[in-house]
Amino acid sequence: MPSEKMLMRGAHVVGEAAVRAGCRYYFGYPITPQNELPEYLSSRLLEVGGTFIQAESEIASINMVIGASVSGGRVMTSSSSPGISLKQEGISYLCGQELPAVIVNMMRGGPGLGNIAPSQADYFQATRGGGHGDYRLLVLAPASNQELAEVTFDAFDLADKYRNPVMILGDGLMGQMMEPVIFRDPIDPKELPPKDYILDGCKGREPRAVFSMLLDPPTLYQHNMKLQKKYEEITAREVRYETYQVNDAELILVAYGTASRIAKGAVNRLRREGFRVGLFRPVTLWPYPKEALRTLARGGAKIGVFELSVGQMVEDVLMSVGSTSEVYLHGIPGGPIPTPADVAQFALSVLKGDGLVGRKVEI
Amino acid sequence: MSSTALKKLFSRPESLKPNMTHYCPGCGHSVAHRLVAELLDEMGLREKTIGVAPVGCAVLAYNYFNFDMVEAPHGRALAVATGIKRVHPDKFVLTYQGDGDLAAIGTAETIHAANRGEKISTIFINNAIYGMTGGQMAPTTTVGLVATTTPGGRDPDRDGAPIDISQMLAVCQRTVYIERCALTSVKNIQKAKRAIKKSFLVQLNNLGFSLVELLSPCPTNWKMNPSDAWKWTESILTKTYPLGVIKDTSGLGDVR
Ligand SMILES: Cc1ncc(C[n+]2csc(CCOP(=O)(O)OP(=O)(O)O)c2C)c(N)n1
Ligand code: SF4
Repeated sequence: MPSEKMLMRGAHVVGEAAVRAGCRYYFGYPITPQNELPEYLSSRLLEVGGTFIQAESEIASINMVIGASVSGGRVMTSSSSPGISLKQEGISYLCGQELPAVIVNMMRGGPGLGNIAPSQADYFQATRGGGHGDYRLLVLAPASNQELAEVTFDAFDLADKYRNPVMILGDGLMGQMMEPVIFRDPIDPKELPPKDYILDGCKGREPRAVFSMLLDPPTLYQHNMKLQKKYEEITAREVRYETYQVNDAELILVAYGTASRIAKGAVNRLRREGFRVGLFRPVTLWPYPKEALRTLARGGAKIGVFELSVGQMVEDVLMSVGSTSEVYLHGIPGGPIPTPADVAQFALSVLKGDGLVGRKVEI
Repeated sequence: MSSTALKKLFSRPESLKPNMTHYCPGCGHSVAHRLVAELLDEMGLREKTIGVAPVGCAVLAYNYFNFDMVEAPHGRALAVATGIKRVHPDKFVLTYQGDGDLAAIGTAETIHAANRGEKISTIFINNAIYGMTGGQMAPTTTVGLVATTTPGGRDPDRDGAPIDISQMLAVCQRTVYIERCALTSVKNIQKAKRAIKKSFLVQLNNLGFSLVELLSPCPTNWKMNPSDAWKWTESILTKTYPLGVIKDTSGLGDVR
């Protein structure tokens, strides 16, 4: 039976949802602002007979993830921006070896050590790669504690379904925020369908080898084309987004995660004042909900992108709408967090065409 | 009564696939593979073994070993193995790593897996050079040895001193057994086999981390013929890396 409504911190929500989704292995290395997640799991995994290791580095932890995944365990790691940079080598190997894993990035300001304020500046890294090679991660960007619980649960299923790592992209604010949440029923990982590629000793079968080195050029070509086919399948099937007040909108704000909550506040404020403004919120950042946004843009609305980075997601928006709509950007690097009033000003500036807040962007 | 039945005295271990290896003549990797395979057969471990292949000349080990294998990123084998062992505490987990892999890029993963006392057996091939990438200096390269990146020979002032990983690991409280052997004479190879067996027994008895360092010829990059490479390993390399048991708290005694 589903749990009672509970008031919880975002980072704990991810931990609890992971355990309920059958995750029994966690490997990580501390970095603010996501430490509450490993701290929660360090005790919670003990209760369910799982394994928690505080590794010596992010590099070690992502490689422990490789080991646990190739052994068939549901496994997770988490970090924040500089730590995710270190995990990129392992993420590329997970993709090359087609191993499932869930990776949480509670982003902070960068580049370098930056700061621990909420940021969305790892958008390119998450959606375009960051590690080497032609690969993609499924990237999920929740905007509330309830949704954190949902996407964490789904992330494990998606990772298994496609044999691909899935990234949950949040930020420091999402990790700290207290909100009510209702969890899904826990599953027993022992009842998950068996996997036919895992390593558990070759008793009664031929030995298996899991590797990504394919020296023969045609073989690597074929492997990559197979991966691309998988990515196409994910793109066709797994796109998620939310729309809010878009039907009659003259201006559609596009924002995800924390930024979308601020943008929603701005929409509510402007609607009260009679302005026809709506919100488009991608939940999957890869695959990006291109078609849905394109269809909306054909209605003739202007598009106003608001992101906590100086202009990363806006490129996906431009690729979605092409020259159908005018696109404006209000991009803020890690640091001061704009309020709904600031975003409302940006929206008004776009509607009035005075150019005072944000700027017009073109392909 | 005719007695034409032949008695088989020597054959390929089941733990080795019937594939030709790519190793150079006189290379220690092929000898080490054979020892590992013989022991897994003799100890009945093949079907419960999960091996981790390194990056380096042994990167294709999964083409030769006939048991479950995964390839790790360069140096990370012991972190990958940690993940495997934590999921399968009842299986036999083995890493096979060169000096570039284990003692350079993977130093941190090596020391910390050992220090956690992971119940894993590590075969450490020390050939004092980077074989696969064409003979560059390794952290284990001896003073004066010419590598492609130490044209005048390794100079400690410029290049640092040769690193003795086995001694470093012996200091870690949770390492149980560390021995250094050489893949040269028949006698030394037999010794190496006993050491590897002991390392396997340490894991089977759930005692903790163990590592066997094997001084191993790389005739190609040392620019020697195989027999000179054997001699060099035994007479020169052992001066920097003396053979013998470096640490043993297993209580297992002598292994035959
Ligand atoms: C991240 C990364 N850096 C560098 C390399 C290139 N590389 C491949 S093998 C190797 C050295 C291996 O030397 P060693 O471990 O001593 O093994 P050997 O070839 O001597 O058996 C290097 C530097 C790599 N594959 N990955
Ligand atoms: S290059 Fe050296 S280590 Fe590599 S296979 Fe040849 S002899 Fe062996």
